[in-house]
Amino acid sequence: MLKAYYHLLIRDLRLALRSRHELANPLIFFVLVVTLFPLAVTPTPQALQTMAPGVIWVSALLAVLLSLDRLFKLDYEDGSLDQLMLSPNPLMILVLAKVTAHWLLTGLPLVIIAPLLGLFMSLPADAVTVLIYSLLLGTPVLSLVGAIGVSLTVAVNRGGVLLSLIILPLYIPILIFGANAVDVAADGLPVTGQLLFLGAVLALALSLAPLATSVALRITASR
Amino acid sequence: MFEAKSLECVRDDRLLFNDLSFAVAESEVLQIEGPNGSGKTSLLRILCGLRLAEAGHVLWQGESIISNREDYYANMVYIGHLPCVKGDLTVLENVRSLLDTRSLSLGNEEIEVALSKVGLASYEDVPGKALSSGQRRRILLAFVELSQAKLWILDEPLTALDVQGVALMESMIMEHKQSGGSVVFTTHHGMQLECEMSSVQLGRKARG
Repeated sequence: MLKAYYHLLIRDLRLALRSRHELANPLIFFVLVVTLFPLAVTPTPQALQTMAPGVIWVSALLAVLLSLDRLFKLDYEDGSLDQLMLSPNPLMILVLAKVTAHWLLTGLPLVIIAPLLGLFMSLPADAVTVLIYSLLLGTPVLSLVGAIGVSLTVAVNRGGVLLSLIILPLYIPILIFGANAVDVAADGLPVTGQLLFLGAVLALALSLAPLATSVALRITASR
Repeated sequence: MFEAKSLECVRDDRLLFNDLSFAVAESEVLQIEGPNGSGKTSLLRILCGLRLAEAGHVLWQGESIISNREDYYANMVYIGHLPCVKGDLTVLENVRSLLDTRSLSLGNEEIEVALSKVGLASYEDVPGKALSSGQRRRILLAFVELSQAKLWILDEPLTALDVQGVALMESMIMEHKQSGGSVVFTTHHGMQLECEMSSVQLGRKARG
């Protein structure tokens, strides 16, 4: 079972590394949006610092949302998804492998580049640390919850709008707590509460989202 | 060994078939026949548990395939219309990733033997996107050959295959039958099998 998880994870990473231009898309989007903001408003350090948590978190969220489509689309189109569903291994494990690969390829690069953007938006050092923690806890949830939406819409042509409608309400708590943690940290207040909440949501998503996704995939395949 | 009990399939408010029952024993080859749109693909997808029948059950060793999924899928291999081939992976990696879904870890040699059997010798390191559609189908044949499954469910296995490819498929089915395996397949091409073959006819009721 672990072997099946590992093999699928490696396959997805290998596939992504062989089409690198697709890989860079979410990261470029993230960096572009955040760097354009100071140009559009009065870039005083105070103004930037107030906006920074929100701008960085919203951009990260949208970057993940835009990349979600690829999670199952290619496998659905070439029939590999059917083969995954016919695997003797639990579909949940395979879904988890695909979501892990998705996070490593989109979420993790965002977390790595975020501190740079934080400093660019003149966030204090403490807030940058909290930004890393909040994204590290929050982006896996975005991938996990996103997978549920994608598995429902993968068979729909141009399902992008539908996907956003299904997923965004579920993303909002993550956005509120993630951005708030950074905001509060910039004011020098404790953020344990927000980070614990994000951690709890991650634990919940990690245990339930793969199950929901695998059921949704079976429903999609049965039409 | 494998049994379908009073299956019913409705697609877009059209009844494709109902009360369809048949059984497949060991060493049995079953052809599903019927015109386009008579529900052959839907039936095969129901048989492998991808699609749910409106009524009826599919049984494997006497147990429903839904409750017995793990055991059934370890013994069944399905190939559909789609090639399942990744353009960015080499032929060898493609076969390997298909086998990984079945948790089979075979040595390179075994895979190479199967690849040369299906006419893809010396193509191991060619990326999937450089292959013709017939060659992509042959990757699936290598997968079926290596799958160690007792039951093969093949949806139009002859699509895009040349004359040698068709002969290869026929000999693979014969060999599989001789070693005690079963095959359920559909085809619009003439398949010349030198053995007994049962058949299920779809689409009669619809035409009255």
